[in-house]
Amino acid sequence: MTKGLSAVNVTALVLGFSFLYLPILILVLYSFNDSQLVTVWGGFSTRWYVSLLHNEQLLEAAWVTIRLGLVSATLATVLGTLAAVTLTRLGRFRGRTLFSGMIYAPLVMPEVITGLSMLLLFVAINLERGFLTLTIAHVTFAMCFVAVVVQSRLVTFDRSLEEAALDLGCPPFKTFFVITLPIILPAVVSGWMLAFTLSIDDLVISQFTTGPGATTLPMRIYSSVRLGVKPEINAVCSILIAIVTTGVIIASIATKRAENERLKAERAAAAGR
Amino acid sequence: MTKPTLQDPHMALKPAQKALGPIRRSFAPWLDPSAVPLIRFENVVKRFGDFTAVDDVSIDIHQREFFALLGPSGCGKTTLMRMLAGFEEPTSGRITLAGQDLSGVPPYRRPVNMMFQSYALFPHMSVEQNIGFGLKQDRLPRTEIEARVKEMLKLVKLEPFASRKPHQLSGGQRQRVALARSLAKRPKVLLLDEPLGALDKKLREETQFELMDLQMELGLTFLIVTHDQEEAMTVADRIAVMNHGKLVQVATPGDIYEQPNCRYVADFIGDINILDAKVASAAGGMARLAVAEPAVEIAAAAPDPSPAQGADVAFALRPEKVRISIDPPPPDATNVLRGEVWDIAYFGDWTKFLVKLDGSEKIMRVSRANATRTEFAPIAWDDKVHVWFAPDAGVLLTS
Repeated sequence: MTKGLSAVNVTALVLGFSFLYLPILILVLYSFNDSQLVTVWGGFSTRWYVSLLHNEQLLEAAWVTIRLGLVSATLATVLGTLAAVTLTRLGRFRGRTLFSGMIYAPLVMPEVITGLSMLLLFVAINLERGFLTLTIAHVTFAMCFVAVVVQSRLVTFDRSLEEAALDLGCPPFKTFFVITLPIILPAVVSGWMLAFTLSIDDLVISQFTTGPGATTLPMRIYSSVRLGVKPEINAVCSILIAIVTTGVIIASIATKRAENERLKAERAAAAGR
Repeated sequence: MTKPTLQDPHMALKPAQKALGPIRRSFAPWLDPSAVPLIRFENVVKRFGDFTAVDDVSIDIHQREFFALLGPSGCGKTTLMRMLAGFEEPTSGRITLAGQDLSGVPPYRRPVNMMFQSYALFPHMSVEQNIGFGLKQDRLPRTEIEARVKEMLKLVKLEPFASRKPHQLSGGQRQRVALARSLAKRPKVLLLDEPLGALDKKLREETQFELMDLQMELGLTFLIVTHDQEEAMTVADRIAVMNHGKLVQVATPGDIYEQPNCRYVADFIGDINILDAKVASAAGGMARLAVAEPAVEIAAAAPDPSPAQGADVAFALRPEKVRISIDPPPPDATNVLRGEVWDIAYFGDWTKFLVKLDGSEKIMRVSRANATRTEFAPIAWDDKVHVWFAPDAGVLLTS
C-alpha cells in the first residue's frame, strides 16, 4: 500500500468531484450575479434574493411544495411503517412473497408510468385534480421507500423484546407504541426524511396528477426555465441547496455524536466490569 | 467435583439460607399424593407443521419447587416453557396453573413472568424503567412502583446503576436487571430460559447459588430451561429430562444421576461406562450378566421384577464407583477386571483413568478423588491395573 495520493488518484478525484459539484457551484455563483443574463457575470449582488421575496408565484409554489412534503411524508411514513410491520411480522401468509415483491416494484417503475396510471385512475373515479390528488400520488410512491427502510430495520429487530413486554402485562397494541416504535424510530425518521425529500423534488408524477391551484416549486421552476432561465431561479435553487445541505450536515453530526456516546458508554461498562 | 460451599463469601442472602436450610431438605411435595400441583401439563402436544416439538408430555410442578427442563437443543424444552408463558398454544392437551386452564389466555394476562435468554432488556429505557415496566402495566400507584423498584434493585445489588441504560452495563449486570424485571411483579411462576448461558463459568456458578437462595427467600416456583446438566443438577429440586419432544425421566438430581431409567438419561447426565450384556441368570434381586466386551460374566443388582434370561440389557456404571489399583484387590472384591492404563486426565480434585480392559478394545472410565497431596505409588501410563466394582455400584438398564 502506498501512502499519500498518486497523480492518477488526484486526477480521478478532482475530475469526479468537479463532475458532481461544478454545475451546482456555478448555479450558486450565478445566483449572486448582478446581470440579467444568466451566462454573463455582471458583478456581485443579492438583488435576485430580494426580488424573490416579491415573486408571488414562486413563494406560492414553495408553500405548496412544503405543505405537500409535510403532509405526504407523514402519511407515507404511517402507511409505509404499517406495511413493513405487516410484511415482517405476519409470518407466512398466502402471497407474502408476492406482496414483498410488490412493495419494491414502484421503486424501479418509471415515473412516467406511475404518473400516467395515477392520472387515469383519478379521471376514472372522477376525482378533481388538485392538492388532494397530488398528495395521494406522493404518498403512494413515497410509502414504498419508507416501507423498504423500515423493513430493513425490523428484520434485525429482536422479537424477544416484544415478547418480554407482553410477558410483563403490556397488550400487543400498546407494546408496538412503547417498545417497537421507539426502538425503530431512527429508521422511521429517516424514512420520513426520504419521503419528504422525494416529495419536494418530484416533477414527473406531480405534472401528471396536479390540477389548477396546486403548482409545486419544481413545476414552477421547470416551466419558467422553458421561457428562459432567470437569475431568480438560481436564487431559489441556491436556497433549496442550502436547506438540504444544512439538514444533511445536522443529521450526520447528530448520528455521529450519538454513536460516539454509545461507544464511550460501552467502553466504560466493559472497563467497570 | 467441588462446588462453592454454603459459606462461600460471594454468596448473597446467607442468613435466609441458614434459616430455610432444614425446610429445603425435607421439601418433596411430589411424594405426597394429596398435594395439589401448581402447574399441570396434561398430555401436551405441540406441532409445527410436520414437526412434533413436544410429544404428549405430562408434568406436575408443585408450589415452591425449583424445576428444571433439561435436554439437548431442539428437544422441545423451550417450546414447553413458551407454552406456559403463552407465546405458543398447545396443539392438543392442556396446561393449568393453580387450577385455571390457561388455553386462550394471552401472555399479558398470565401470572407468570419470564427471564429471556437474550435478557431482552428494553434498550431505550433505564435500569429503573426496565424493572418498573411490568408494574406500570398493572397501573400501580407511582409511589408503590418506586418502592418496589428500589426493593428489586437492592435484591440484585444494582442500586448504583438505577439510571444507567442497558448498553452501559456488563453482561452480569444485565442478567441481574433481567432477573429483577421478571421478579418485580411477584409472579406465581418465574420462567428462566437458559438464564446463565451468556455468563462465564465463575459468574455462572455464583449466580446459580444466588438464584437458589432467591427462590427460597421469595418462596416462588421457578421453572428453568437449560441444556447444561451441571446447572440443572445444581439448582433444581427435580429435573425433567427431555429428548425428541418426549419426556424421558422426571426425578430429583440424585435419582437422575444414580437411578437413570434408560440409556439416554444415563449417557446424557455425567460420565458413564455402559456395558452391553445379556442376562445369564436372574433371581432374588441379583443377576449374572454375560458382558459382550470383554467376554466376562459380572454380578449385578437386578431391578424388581427381574429381567428374563437372555434379555439384552446394559449395565451403567459411574466412573467414581469403580475402584482401581495396581495391587490385587481385597479378597472379598466382586467383579474384578484387569486392564492397562490407556490415558490419564488430571483435574486437580479428581483424576480420571481410562483403562483398556484385557481381551477387548473396551475402555473403562475410572475416577478417583485425590484425597491426599502425595501418593506413595502413583498409577502411571501403561500400568497393569485391577478395576473392580460392587454389584450394586451400577444400574441395570433394560431400555
